[in-house]
Amino acid sequence: MKKEWPLWEVFIRSQHGLAHKHVGSTHAPDAEMAIKNARDVYTRRNEGVSIWVVKSADVVASSPGDKEALFEPAQDKIYRHPTFFPVPEEVKHM
Amino acid sequence: MYAQMVDTGANKVRGLEEMSAQERAFQERIDAGIKIEPKDWMPEAYRKTLIRQISQHAHSEIVGMLPEGNWISRAPSLKRKAILLAKVQDEAGHGLYLYSAAETLGVSRDQLVDELHAGRAKYSSIFNYPTLTWADIGTIGWLVDGAAIMNQIPLCRCSFGPYSRAMIRVCKEESFHQRQGYDLLISLCRDGTAEQKAMAQDALNRWWWPALMMFGPSDAESVHSAQSQAWRIKIFSNDELRQRFVDQTVPQAEYLGLTIPDPDLKWNAERGHYDFGAIDWDEFYNVLKGNGPCNRERLRARRQAWEDGAWVRDAAIAHAEKRAARTAQAA
Repeated sequence: MKKEWPLWEVFIRSQHGLAHKHVGSTHAPDAEMAIKNARDVYTRRNEGVSIWVVKSADVVASSPGDKEALFEPAQDKIYRHPTFFPVPEEVKHM
Repeated sequence: MYAQMVDTGANKVRGLEEMSAQERAFQERIDAGIKIEPKDWMPEAYRKTLIRQISQHAHSEIVGMLPEGNWISRAPSLKRKAILLAKVQDEAGHGLYLYSAAETLGVSRDQLVDELHAGRAKYSSIFNYPTLTWADIGTIGWLVDGAAIMNQIPLCRCSFGPYSRAMIRVCKEESFHQRQGYDLLISLCRDGTAEQKAMAQDALNRWWWPALMMFGPSDAESVHSAQSQAWRIKIFSNDELRQRFVDQTVPQAEYLGLTIPDPDLKWNAERGHYDFGAIDWDEFYNVLKGNGPCNRERLRARRQAWEDGAWVRDAAIAHAEKRAARTAQAA
């Protein structure tokens, strides 16, 4: 019998209050083992306080070809940033 | 280096004007320092070369556990044993980061492992030398991991996103490897007995030249090296990295009171670098061909570990499938 363990994506929350962040992937037969393997591979130096794993096959990603359609509309809306608006000298803090 | 003499499949490096529009756009992204991600279009040769390079690097990390693992049960103190265990565990981790990076290019880890076990994939020549004494463990950390860092720091800036991210992670951990080795040698050379210092000198005598060979033969004329540099999956030439390594290491040997086994080694004030003697490349090619002192033993150990673990891998997947089937039935 020869069947490869499925691949899981690993997300680690480094400290209380921060979001989980993708750190890499690991092979494991099931979710429980995926967490154990992720712990051994990605948290040997106190990198985390919480782990998420998700089957790589279940991740839905945007495709590079859609990049312009998805992200270009944000580029010309500079008024969405506070620095677009001048604050008068006389007004000290805003 | 951990990946030596990687074949790019190129006969010559083509100029932008000789490329198709797609290839040109790809090369221009690389020239602009933009990272290539797995789902982006890439030339087939880039993909293949990266698989070759990253898997060679991964295999080196895994095979590299063997010479050091040899000393875990014989470390002279609990402190040194705990440190060595942690280091060898890191090497396993580094291998795994790298296999994952390679997998983003569309190969599976099992395929890569099969290539290694069939003798089709290479790993670094350095791991085919034996670890005869405890001083070898210090010398490996100092020289072998030191040489690896030289090569891996620039690779943090390489063009392929997953490889670059794996390298950043590896480099953060690798510095511990080098320092623990040097610390071990300080104990032997500065705080130890005359016999202990002699043991360290003997280790340096055996490891110095193989460590210099890790960088690979001069690639100033190599088309593969030129292609890899154009793709930014190699940043500096083998000779540049080797020179840096020698320049950095000589003062460290002096501090230990050890003599580098090279009568031609001499500071060249004009160049601002150390000159060093000729490397025996026949030995290097011989090791690469499979005839180093430990090639057969290393591959045998890897194959046996893989075969002995087969029932565990199979049982784990059978168990997972059975549980999934039960859950599905209950639902």
